[in-house]
Formats: sequence, C-alpha cells, structure tokens
Amino acid sequence: MPELADIWNVLFLRDYNTRLVVICTILLGCACGLMGGFLLLRKRSLMGDTLSHATLPGVGFAFMLAVAMGGDGKSLPMLLTGAAVTGVIGCWAVLFIRNQTRIKDDAAMGIVLSVFFGAGVAVLGMIQTMPEGSAAGLESFIYGKTASMVLSDFRILVLVTICVLSCSLLLFKEFRLLCFDESFAASLGWPVKVLDVILLGLVTAVTVAGLQAVGLILIIAFLITPAAAARFWTNQLDRMLLLSVLIGGASGWFGASLSAFYPRLPAGAVIVLVAALCFLISMLLGVERGVLVRWLRQTQLQHRIGRQHLLRALYEILEANRQGGELAIVAVPFRQIRGRRTWSDRSLRDCIRRAYDDGLVEMQVKEDTIRLTEAGLAEAAHVTRNHRLWELYLIEYADVATSRVDRDADMVEHVLGEKMVARLESKLQTYRSAGTLVPASPHPIVPGD
Amino acid sequence: MEWYSIDTWIVVVGALAAVACALLGNFLVLRKMSMMGDAISHAVLPGLAIAFLITEARASLTMFIGAAVVGVLTAVFTQWISRFGKVDEGASMGIVFTSLFAVGLLLIVQAADHVDLDPGCVLYGAIELTPLDVVWRPVLFGTTLEVPRAALVLAGVTLLNVGFVVAYFKELRISSFDPELATTMGINSNLMHYMLMTLVAVTTVAAFEAVGSIIVIAMLIVPAASAHLLTDRLWLMVLLSCVFAILAAVLGHLSALIVPGWFGFADTSTSGMMAVMAGVLFVVVMLSAPKYGILLKHIRKTEAVQ
Repeated sequence: MPELADIWNVLFLRDYNTRLVVICTILLGCACGLMGGFLLLRKRSLMGDTLSHATLPGVGFAFMLAVAMGGDGKSLPMLLTGAAVTGVIGCWAVLFIRNQTRIKDDAAMGIVLSVFFGAGVAVLGMIQTMPEGSAAGLESFIYGKTASMVLSDFRILVLVTICVLSCSLLLFKEFRLLCFDESFAASLGWPVKVLDVILLGLVTAVTVAGLQAVGLILIIAFLITPAAAARFWTNQLDRMLLLSVLIGGASGWFGASLSAFYPRLPAGAVIVLVAALCFLISMLLGVERGVLVRWLRQTQLQHRIGRQHLLRALYEILEANRQGGELAIVAVPFRQIRGRRTWSDRSLRDCIRRAYDDGLVEMQVKEDTIRLTEAGLAEAAHVTRNHRLWELYLIEYADVATSRVDRDADMVEHVLGEKMVARLESKLQTYRSAGTLVPASPHPIVPGD
Repeated sequence: MEWYSIDTWIVVVGALAAVACALLGNFLVLRKMSMMGDAISHAVLPGLAIAFLITEARASLTMFIGAAVVGVLTAVFTQWISRFGKVDEGASMGIVFTSLFAVGLLLIVQAADHVDLDPGCVLYGAIELTPLDVVWRPVLFGTTLEVPRAALVLAGVTLLNVGFVVAYFKELRISSFDPELATTMGINSNLMHYMLMTLVAVTTVAAFEAVGSIIVIAMLIVPAASAHLLTDRLWLMVLLSCVFAILAAVLGHLSALIVPGWFGFADTSTSGMMAVMAGVLFVVVMLSAPKYGILLKHIRKTEAVQ
C-alpha cells in the first residue's frame, strides 16, 4: 500500500518520475476528448480506430525510405511523418468512399482500416527480410507504452493540443453546424468538404501524436469514451465538449497516477477502465439522457396518460347514466371503470390511487366505488372535450395534415390553433346535446363490462 | 516463382477463412455493423486470459471457448449500451472493446509472473504456418493429401455459415433491411441478431486463431462491400461476396510471392496481401460497377448535362 504522501506527490505532480507521464496523458485526454465530441456527433467514433491502423503502412514506408537514404530507420520525426501521411490518405479514402458510393460510413471505415492495416503488415513483412532489418521495434511503435514517455513526446503533445484547441475555438461555429446539419451548412455555401477534411486532419494529428506515446487501444478509447459519457449530461455542444475534455483529462490524470502507485497496473489499461467507469456512471445518472432520468420521464408520461384515461372513462360513464340536462356526480363501481379500457386491475388501482392523492377522486373502499370530486369533474370535462376534438380532427382532416397529429389531447389548442378548434366545435354541434360544454363522441362505442 | 503443395494449402485455407467471413459480412455491412469483426478481435483478450488462468495451459479448445464467449458478450454489451443508453452503435462498440481489451491486459499482467502469454503470439495465427500442422492424410486418386488442421476447422465453420445463411435467408433478409417489418411478420429479429453475432464471434475467433486477425477483419467487410456495389439482390450479393473472397485469397497469395520481387525483396506476409488484394478488387469494382460505379456515374452525369 503506498503512503499517503506518495499519493499526494503523484496526484499533484510533485514526483519527478511520474510528472511527465501524468501531464502527457492529461493533455492527450483533453485533446482527444475535444475531438471525440465532434466525431461522436458525426457518428464516426470509430474513426480513431481506422486512423490508428491506417498509420502502419506509413511507418513501414518511412522506415524503408530512411534506410534507402542511408539514415537511421527509426528516427522519430521520419516515422511520425510517414504515419501522418498514410493516416491522412486513409481519412481521404473514407470520405471518398462515403461520398462517391452507396457504401456507408461504417463500412468505409472498415474497408480503409483493414486494407491499410493489411498493407502495413505486408510492408513490415518485406522489411523483416531486409539485410538492415532492425525492424524489431517498429511494431511496438503502434503499441506504445504509456509509462515510457520522454521529453520529446511531451513537446509534440503540447504542440498538438494547442493546435487542436485553437482550431476548434476558431472554427467552433462551422464545426457545430457540420455536426448537426451538414446539408444545411452546404446550402449556406460553406465549404463543407474542406471543413470535414480539417476536422479529420486534427483527429489524425492527435492520433499520430498519441499513438507512439500511449498506444493504440488508449487512443481509440480516449476518442470515444469521454465524449460518449459527456453526451449523457447535456444537449448543448459547448458544454458537452467542455465536459468531454474534463472527463478525458481527469481519467488520464487519475488512471496514470493510479498506475504509478501500483507498478503491476499498466497505465494504458487503467486509464481506459477509469474512462469506462466514468461512462457507466454517466450512462446511469446523466441528467439529460441518462438511463435513470429517461426512465423517470417515461414513468411520468405514463402516469399522465393513465390519469387522462381514468378521468375520461369516469366522465363517459357519468355521461351515459345522465338523466335530463345536468351531469350529476355519482359513485361508479370499480368493475364498470375496468370495463372501459383494456387495463389490468393493478394498473387501474394505481391510477386511481394517484388521482386520489391529487384530489381528483374519492374512494368508498367498502363498496369498491369511485366518485369524482368537483375539481375532478372539471378536469375530466376538459380532458374529454379535447380528446373528442382530436378524434374529430383525425376523422375529418388528418388525411391531409398528418404532421399535426399529436398524441397528447391536452395540446389541442396549441397545435391546431383557435380557428381550427372553433371549426371543430361547430362541426361537433351536430353531436352536441344541450346543456353541456363537452360535445358527444363522434363515434360512440358501447363498452363491455 | 515456384509453387509447392504448401502454397495450394495456404490458398485453400485462406479462401475458406475468407468465404466464411464474407458470408456473414454481407449482413454486417447491411446492418451498419461492419466494425464488429475488428471489435471482437480486440475484445477477446480477457476470454483468452481467463481460459488460461483457469486451465493453466494453452489448450486451444478452452482458449477458443473463452474467446468465443467474450466475442458474443462484446456483441451483447454493444447492443445493451446502444439500446439503453441511446448511444451511437459505433461508439458503444468502441467503448466495449477497448474496455474488454484493457481488462484482458490487466489479467495478463497479473499472471505474467509465471507464464508467457504474449497476446501477439497466442492471439494470432500465421497463415504461412498452417500447412505444417497436418492432421489428416486421405488418399485420393493415388496421391496422399496432407490436410492441415486449419483447413478442417475452417471448412467446418464455412459449412456452418453456409447452412445458417441458406436456412435463415428469408429471416436474415427481412430483419437486416427492416427489423420492424420482421417483427410484425412474426420473425424474432432480436434472436436473428444474436444468432448472427454468435456466428460472427465463432467465425472470427476460429479464423484468427488459424490465419490471423487481419484476414478476418478485411474479409468481413471488403468483399461484401464490393458485392453491394454490383447488385441490389441479396442472394446475388452473397454469391458475389464469396467470389470476391476466393479471388482475394488466390491473388493475395500470388502477389505475396511475386510483388516483393519487383522491389528486390524475397516475399511478404500472405494475410496482409490478401487484405490488400480485397481492397484492390474493391477499388476496381468501385470504379467500374455498372450501376453504382463512379466512372459510369460520372459519364452518365456528363451526358445528361450535354
């Protein structure tokens, strides 16, 4: 177990050995989180996967070229340039296949990934037969190790992070429209394709810089997980990106520190798992799209619909039993309400209990009957009227205006407008019986009991 | 170039792996889940590690079962996250396979004291070495055939996939194009999905254990995508994808022997070249396909303008 002081030193970057690694992963987490946000919204999350595989032939070619020119095959700038070149070609190929053929994004990415990676394997296969073939370290280029970062990695990462950050800030408006409505952006006359290339170019820069520093899997995860986690918390792009950057940076910081205490925990894997944990928590608890929140919203909606069904059923029963003009509030037996709709005993009892809590109905437990209160009757009349207006609208007009059909009867005035409501009301006059504000149903149904 | 019986077996094994993958790949491409093969081939690591830790041996059957189980789990988790969390399918795939890979890595490192379980050599077979592992020597027309283990395994997997596609062709077709319609017609499209994913996992694991992951990832996508550009009929697409898969395997091995010679090298990786050849075939089709090809589309467009 590490000492508290050690933990303190590592977390707050006082420890010289781990400082560089922790800072580098934080930077990379931030840059990837930012880019990942854009990729997620463009439904291209796996672009990082494609790109990182597409760099392999570039690494091989760069090695060959360097050796052919008589230099050292493993010079870092040379290999990075090679990786970036085939990475960019790979990006271009994905866009070309997607734009020019009927092949979709996912298959285009898969094609580029596998073919480029295959080419890389073939090129490395050739290098291994070279007499100068000290190619042994080349493959580890693509599976870099987080714990072995050097100052040059740090410089490259700082440069890339600054570049990515400033480009995103400068082109924020353009990228936002590109993410949400590409064809609208194109119709405004924006250079959509150029913007797409710039965006993917930035992703390439982050990927190539990160690959040899932290390795393939971590880069892929960094480009997906923080952004997907942030998406659960907000619907606003700027907030989502900020959150994604924070989650990326935090999982880099926390994961790298954790693996610094325990040498048996490889940093890359720990960071991936910390980010995945953030994702799981966000998926459950996220306030905008989290599972819990959406479940709550769904339940509320079901309660509202159930309440409307109950009130309407009660109202229609009273209507059927009416003697003369006025509608009298009488107690209705449970069985009779149950027969109005296909609902189970339990769900109906739940509905009634909630309506009782809201003061809409009274219950006589002994006789098993339910009575509307005055407030309940008023709301029931309102619900039934709106429901009937909708029914009539659907019967008369909906064949030409399906777009305005809304499931919620409450919205009738908001959706249809005063004029249409007045027209429907006058149409319903034919069905209307004297002395009530609620018109009769345009299609009476005799319910079973 | 000299051709030995070993080369014939390499091509046969490659073609079998390619056909097995391409058959299922059609449905992955149509369901926009092309990256599943890539995801599974990364994600199986914890399955291998757990199988190894339990049995303490590198027995291939337990490893295979462990990997296949985790492969299916990858598909299941992906489906859950994208359904319950309303996350884009690609993103949920990425989250699942990176996390599983990380778990596998942790497990391996914990066990690394007393074993050498290098993912590079446990995970990926090499197609060039498959003919050396001969398990069956039938005599046919007076000559003794030396059938490698990989050929038998992959022939079994291919037969399984052919059987699946033929038996459930109607269900697969409807649930790939229109899951809602399939449900209204009484087809359980969820069940179809999981059956397909189970077969993808089994095929992926069997094939990359025999011939390496790159062939699997490429053949799950590229032949099907090429066929998709040539026809609107599913049965024709499936047939064409198999043809492309076999062509890629043959051309791939030929070019692995020939192409490096042009640059003064002896030879190179067959599996890499098979993927490249699948890509070359795709480019040819993409340019020259009659209805969806770029060249003819371009010509039609200029004619229409004139």
